[in-house]
Amino acid sequence: MIRNHVLICGGTGCTSGKSRNIYERFNTLIAENNLTGEVQSVMTGCFGLCALGPVVVVYPEGAFYSQVKEADVDEIVSEHIIKGRIVKRLLYQETVKEGEDGVSSLSETSFYKKQMRLALRNCGVINPENIEEYIAYDGYAALAKALTEMTPQQVVDTLKASGLRGRGGAGFPTGNKWQFAKDVPGDTKYVCCNADEGDPGAFMDRSVLEGDPHAVLEAMAIAGYAIGSDQGYIYVRAEYPIAVARLEVAIKQAKEYGLLGDNIFGTGFNFDVEIRLGAGAFVCGEETALMTSIEGNRGEPRPRPPFPAVKGLFAKPTILNNVETYANVPQIILKGSEWFSAIGTEKSKGTKVFALGGKIQNTGLVEVPMGTTLRTIIEDIGGGIPNGKKFKSAQTGGPSGGCIPASLIDIAIDYESLLAIGSMMGSGGLIVMDEDSCMVDIAKFFLEFTVEESCGKCTPCRIGTKRLLELLEKVTNGSATLATLEEMERLCYYIKDNSLCGLGQTAPNPVLSTLKYFKDEYLAHVTEKRCPAGVCKKLISFKINEKCVGCTLCARKCPVSAINGKVKEKHMIDKEKCIKCGVCAENCKFKAIDRV
Amino acid sequence: MKSIEELKAIKAKVQAELNTRDAVGDADTRIVVGMATCGIAAGARPVLNAFLEEVKNRHLSGVKVTQTGCLGMCRLEPMVEVYVPGKDKVTYIKITPDAVKKIIAEHIVNGNVVSEYVIRNNN
Ligand SMILES: Cc1cc2nc3c(=O)[nH]c(=O)nc-3n(C[C@H](O)[C@H](O)[C@H](O)COP(=O)(O)O)c2cc1C
Ligand code: SF4
Repeated sequence: MIRNHVLICGGTGCTSGKSRNIYERFNTLIAENNLTGEVQSVMTGCFGLCALGPVVVVYPEGAFYSQVKEADVDEIVSEHIIKGRIVKRLLYQETVKEGEDGVSSLSETSFYKKQMRLALRNCGVINPENIEEYIAYDGYAALAKALTEMTPQQVVDTLKASGLRGRGGAGFPTGNKWQFAKDVPGDTKYVCCNADEGDPGAFMDRSVLEGDPHAVLEAMAIAGYAIGSDQGYIYVRAEYPIAVARLEVAIKQAKEYGLLGDNIFGTGFNFDVEIRLGAGAFVCGEETALMTSIEGNRGEPRPRPPFPAVKGLFAKPTILNNVETYANVPQIILKGSEWFSAIGTEKSKGTKVFALGGKIQNTGLVEVPMGTTLRTIIEDIGGGIPNGKKFKSAQTGGPSGGCIPASLIDIAIDYESLLAIGSMMGSGGLIVMDEDSCMVDIAKFFLEFTVEESCGKCTPCRIGTKRLLELLEKVTNGSATLATLEEMERLCYYIKDNSLCGLGQTAPNPVLSTLKYFKDEYLAHVTEKRCPAGVCKKLISFKINEKCVGCTLCARKCPVSAINGKVKEKHMIDKEKCIKCGVCAENCKFKAIDRV
Repeated sequence: MKSIEELKAIKAKVQAELNTRDAVGDADTRIVVGMATCGIAAGARPVLNAFLEEVKNRHLSGVKVTQTGCLGMCRLEPMVEVYVPGKDKVTYIKITPDAVKKIIAEHIVNGNVVSEYVIRNNN
């Protein structure tokens, strides 16, 4: 009989922190101490608090150990597991109870308190490679309910009433999408899952696949029943090896248990799922390009209509949904549409998972009800900006999204509110920037990405984004005029209006939103030839001021020997030689070097 | 999977095993076994396992078996503390696997403290 469960995070973040070694060390010690059958170690999906990984949780005490090293495992086993004494020094600081033995509940910590885990409900709870654990947590009960108690139309109606909208970017109502595909006549239809997740910095879908792969399989089978399809495809990028491996295990187990395959629950319903690996092109996340890629062709978008619901994969009626969208479906079927639609805002129901990154204390994975304010995410859950810096902006929606300025930090996040301020929900990347970030540089970063990722099929995107990037470069190197800014804006709208697919149509958003909210920064670059954040190299220079005591440290540190001066005399920087690396300013103990 | 009954059977079986994977909450009855060196030497481990076994076999939900360090009176080990929400803590001493059955049946299920094992002032 198991008395202690030791859960070790097997998400990508903790895995790169060597959590597998930790897992193996636990197994060795459990065996050595004859605890097999009493203590069980489990590799789970992501707990969310990636900044403090690797994470180990020991139940039933619920002790949350953070930043665990392989060498710490011996102490956890000998103290906690064997003697029942919690190892306080390894506990996540907020769960330590002063002067007491126990731990305070994880759900009461500021990181978790305002979160609501629906799509991530099993991540960090079950062993994703054991289908029985998924079943123990209501797994496949929704599929059973749909197949035996509901008609396909009732399934679609439940989804419509729930208000679930696509989590992959555009926020299209999922029930409506299924209805279209259901209504198109045809014997062969397909159910596809978009696990391409191409936004830089995003890892929500990866975490769901790593932590709860069966939820996606179950939802796809439900979708198959609803629209009349017996074949599903999951399109996942090959750069996600752990997710792919867990999916493969999950599909194999589901087939063994007869939860995929023929005659599921004896109802005569058949459904199979296959994995297709993508090579990591951003455009392959676009729905028509994704289907073209599954068909074995070069992943290029095609014009819509015809929409995939009518003519999709292999020219058959097809639905495509995002991983996180699917992860919500089984619970909606089980608990009903009212349960789901009670969460969130009027038009955006349920929760949204965000990958929180950039200049933020608690980088990681968070899930909050729609309508949660940006301030709650950044200050409460995210723990604020490190090093006492000021919050400047948050970028959502990746290369298709925009930058939200600090003045809008109280915005309640949902699909509509983000669109209204020129950003978008996107798939859930949320990158936080502090006062050291240059917003022109940020816009340039995202545009470089889209220029790189444009498939080249249509001219406005292929050439337009390149020209736009050149204009941005003019701004950052000081050769732009006010006319350049006007030209940029015109070009942005031209690209938006004339590109074939969503990539081109949204590519100018990072530029437009920074032009809107950080115009003064653009103007400083253009008219004063100055980068206020001190990022754009062409526009900054280093100067030694009166505080210099002539210690010679900077001259010794400069990699190109651009600093001259005698001992105990004020030094000088040779502007011709200086490469603006900033090493001198970082090293000066007298604050004698200004970045101007 | 040919029927929903099969699915339910798997769920019931695994759920009982995973009961110990939920963190202890305030509404739970807690059975805490002293598992320091002294407790282990006196036989605390079979006692702990017996509690887990009984809880599982009787499908007692909301009852959590956990361990703690030295309870301070090594000569009285194995010692067990029982916390029922809203009631005073009860400390049992010199517990054996047989005593476990009694404590579960009488104290946990029926709410009657098993006085023969309760610690006394003169122990
Ligand atoms: C350039 C581009 C990239 C996209 N990348 C993704 C992606 O990585 N994952 C995703 O789910 N949707 C992505 N989408 C959105 C998909 O086209 C599609 O709308 C979505 O997968 C539909 O699922 P949903 O309704 O569940 O959101 C992308 C769209 C565009 C235009
Ligand atoms: S908009 Fe860009 S990515 Fe989309 S089809 Fe045109 S060139 Fe390709």
